[in-house]
Amino acid sequence: MVRSVNVELLTQNIKEMCIQANHYLAPDMDKAMKDAHEKETKPLAKQILGQLLENLEIAGEDMIPICQDTGMAVVFLKIGQDVHFEGGSVEDAVNEGVRQGYQEGYLRKSVVGDPLLRVNTKDNTPAIIHYELVPGDRVEILVAPKGFGSENMSKIHMLKPADGVEGVKEAIVNTVREAGPNACPPVVVGVGIGGTFEKAAILAKKALTREIGTHSELPHIKELEEELLAKINEIGLGPAGLGGDTTALAVNINTYATHIAGLPVAVNICCHVNRHIARTI
Amino acid sequence: MDRYMKAPLDKEEVKTLEAGDYVYITGTIYTARDAAHLRMSEALDRGEKLPVELDGNVIYYMGPTPAREGRPIGSAGPTTASRMDKYAPRLLDLGLTGMIGKGRRKQEVTDAIVRNGAVFFAAVGGAGALLSKCIKKAEVIAYDDLGTEAIRKLEVENFPVIVVIDSKGRNLYDEVCKN
Repeated sequence: MVRSVNVELLTQNIKEMCIQANHYLAPDMDKAMKDAHEKETKPLAKQILGQLLENLEIAGEDMIPICQDTGMAVVFLKIGQDVHFEGGSVEDAVNEGVRQGYQEGYLRKSVVGDPLLRVNTKDNTPAIIHYELVPGDRVEILVAPKGFGSENMSKIHMLKPADGVEGVKEAIVNTVREAGPNACPPVVVGVGIGGTFEKAAILAKKALTREIGTHSELPHIKELEEELLAKINEIGLGPAGLGGDTTALAVNINTYATHIAGLPVAVNICCHVNRHIARTI
Repeated sequence: MDRYMKAPLDKEEVKTLEAGDYVYITGTIYTARDAAHLRMSEALDRGEKLPVELDGNVIYYMGPTPAREGRPIGSAGPTTASRMDKYAPRLLDLGLTGMIGKGRRKQEVTDAIVRNGAVFFAAVGGAGALLSKCIKKAEVIAYDDLGTEAIRKLEVENFPVIVVIDSKGRNLYDEVCKN
């Protein structure tokens, strides 16, 4: 049966989610930061992680965004194929939610309307919207505001099949090493392996929203995630890039089928303010 | 070591700072990021005077979130400094003495820091709520139309930063990577 959903519901939810995501880290990220603080052995690194935890407390209590870069709003919509939207365009409704959220939530407007002319749109729209059609009559909304300190240090590598898993590891570790202090470590590393050029990038972005501490269901990828996290933390970059045990909090990898001639590897880096929040309507 | 400094900075005192020092700044500093740097650079090209006095002063690479009612500023952490590398040497040669941001700088910037006895500080990235507590007053003094990218004059109290590149050119990030 077809279920009707008024697009105003999208607007309302996305508005609230933009505000919430920018003031409260998801419980998994919060826990990862606390665990890192407890385990860190270098004094300056421990002090910085302590400041970041204090920052999280102040953000929630005083309603000051965790980071001044409240990001470009990335919205993933998983739409049940039995849903019929009414009341207007889905795209407009999503952007209206972002507009209201960023205005009413005192969030920074960080979007320019044209990449070369660079005039601020003053309401943080448009959002980046990814649509996915799935069976069912529900709509899953995932909002992940993305800061650009770390976005700028992300990379896509079009490796060759002969580069193999060793080439993949090297590409990922080197991307984090080159990102260095610019990406605001400790970072979360989202990786997409396979697909095409754009598919790998979307897989990597989506990987950032996976719960920290959970792993790929594929045994060889789970192993790769664990090995890479250890390798990246061996770099010693540490919190704020000033040295320490905690360079990354997680390496999350998503994979997809690919072409006989290719091995795309996209590495999307996110700072410790890895914001993501999901709701189903 | 922990140091307490007034801003604008005393240039002789800046020369005694060493990479790794933890510094608490109190006084007046200015914000400017990408768009404001471009405008300042264009103003200099036209032979115009800049909206901020550079000599002895500190520029904080930062664009805040809007302030809620009754507060001086919103979230206010550092942005990536390397995007200002194109403009920084010229400003340093004109007297700019301190920069606060995060991330690596180009060799040209380090050279200009050494040439002018200046300093590059890092503030902890992603600690915008915490850092905003050290900002007591904020006022837009130029390029208001740029919104968050306007130049702001800030009154700060014990604003915490770490010396990353000192006036001798020692670089804390490089030392971390080497070890």
